[in-house]
Amino acid sequence: MATFTLPKNSTIGTGQTYRAEAGAKNVKSFKIYRFDPDTGENPRYDTYELDLDKCGPMVLDALIKIKNEVDTTLTFRRSCREGICGSCAMNIDGMNTLACLKPIEEVAKKDVRITPLPHMPVVKDLVPDLSHIYAQLRSVEPWLQSDTAPPPDEERRQSKEERAKLDGLWECILCFCCSTACPSYWWNGDRYLGPAVLLQAYRWIADSRDEATGKRLDNLEDPFRLYRCHTIMNCAATCPKGLNPAAAIGKIKQMMVERQG
Amino acid sequence: MSSMKDAREATFIGRRTDGTRIRRPLSPHLQVYDMVQITSGLSVLNRATGIAWTVGSAFLVWWLMAAASGPQALAKAQWFFSSFLGILVLAGMTAVAWFHTFAGIRHLMWDAGHGFDLPSTWKTGKAVMVATGVATVLTWLIALISW
Repeated sequence: MATFTLPKNSTIGTGQTYRAEAGAKNVKSFKIYRFDPDTGENPRYDTYELDLDKCGPMVLDALIKIKNEVDTTLTFRRSCREGICGSCAMNIDGMNTLACLKPIEEVAKKDVRITPLPHMPVVKDLVPDLSHIYAQLRSVEPWLQSDTAPPPDEERRQSKEERAKLDGLWECILCFCCSTACPSYWWNGDRYLGPAVLLQAYRWIADSRDEATGKRLDNLEDPFRLYRCHTIMNCAATCPKGLNPAAAIGKIKQMMVERQG
Repeated sequence: MSSMKDAREATFIGRRTDGTRIRRPLSPHLQVYDMVQITSGLSVLNRATGIAWTVGSAFLVWWLMAAASGPQALAKAQWFFSSFLGILVLAGMTAVAWFHTFAGIRHLMWDAGHGFDLPSTWKTGKAVMVATGVATVLTWLIALISW
């Protein structure tokens, strides 16, 4: 059942404010979700004022500056800082995106509000627990399956047209911005696979070299796993890589109908 | 209770540094997410209008039953529907019905595999809203002229 409010242990209080250094001219405040399991207290928003003249352009630059210079306890995932690893996925100013690809100046509001990916268990601060969504990804067996042996001394061939069918699918970096932007996934994520995982499922269904299409479709033929997608389109609107999981899900639904003949 | 538990429950069990267990908080969703986008906003409206139309059809049943049971009952129903509140309800139901119809056509289009790209989604979303407004006004113009 959908619960629209936060549980009692998850309501967010107000924490500290860390003022910008005196003489800073270009100040922006960052209102950041904090949760420390060791204190056992409810989550809170801490506010950090930064001098943008001494900070890189992206939200991730600000987070790293805070961790290095203001508050070393701030916890978040990051790695590549160029939008290819998917680690720094979080909710910034009401939309999910990668902190490394989000320019601070795009946030018009006074505060840049940063919270973890929505409707997920929080390990600490901006770090959500992704183990359930990883288990769901494994359930669609996202690897090439073929009974036919590959040609000797050669890779499996694809025509240019066959390869083109994978464009818009292979680019997914599994940051899960889309799945955690999906209200259907919020309410039914225990059984609904969500946009990211369904896009991965379609990536293999669409692959001309894969021979397990029937098995893959059988696995998705389920009122929850696939059909909890109600074409809300939040996934496509939020994807930091500009992909369209809703379109991929639509194609799976069409294949389900077509194979019934 | 025999109902199935949410499989995500297990991921809410966390550990403190000293090893004791703690229930992890749920990160904010509706509280922080931008829900007034054409994407999720219209989806919520589609649900809401569907529910409102279901409730509204109770009024239609009332009117039909009144019409079937005699002039006195019908006069009562007619009095309500021509009162200020009654007209407000009817006008609301007209808009609700048109919105749900146009949004339904948009969904049929998606189901047939068309218009998934974002520019089309925004265009068709705006079209649904404009069409709802135009159709509602037209319906009432025709109703008032022929009244």
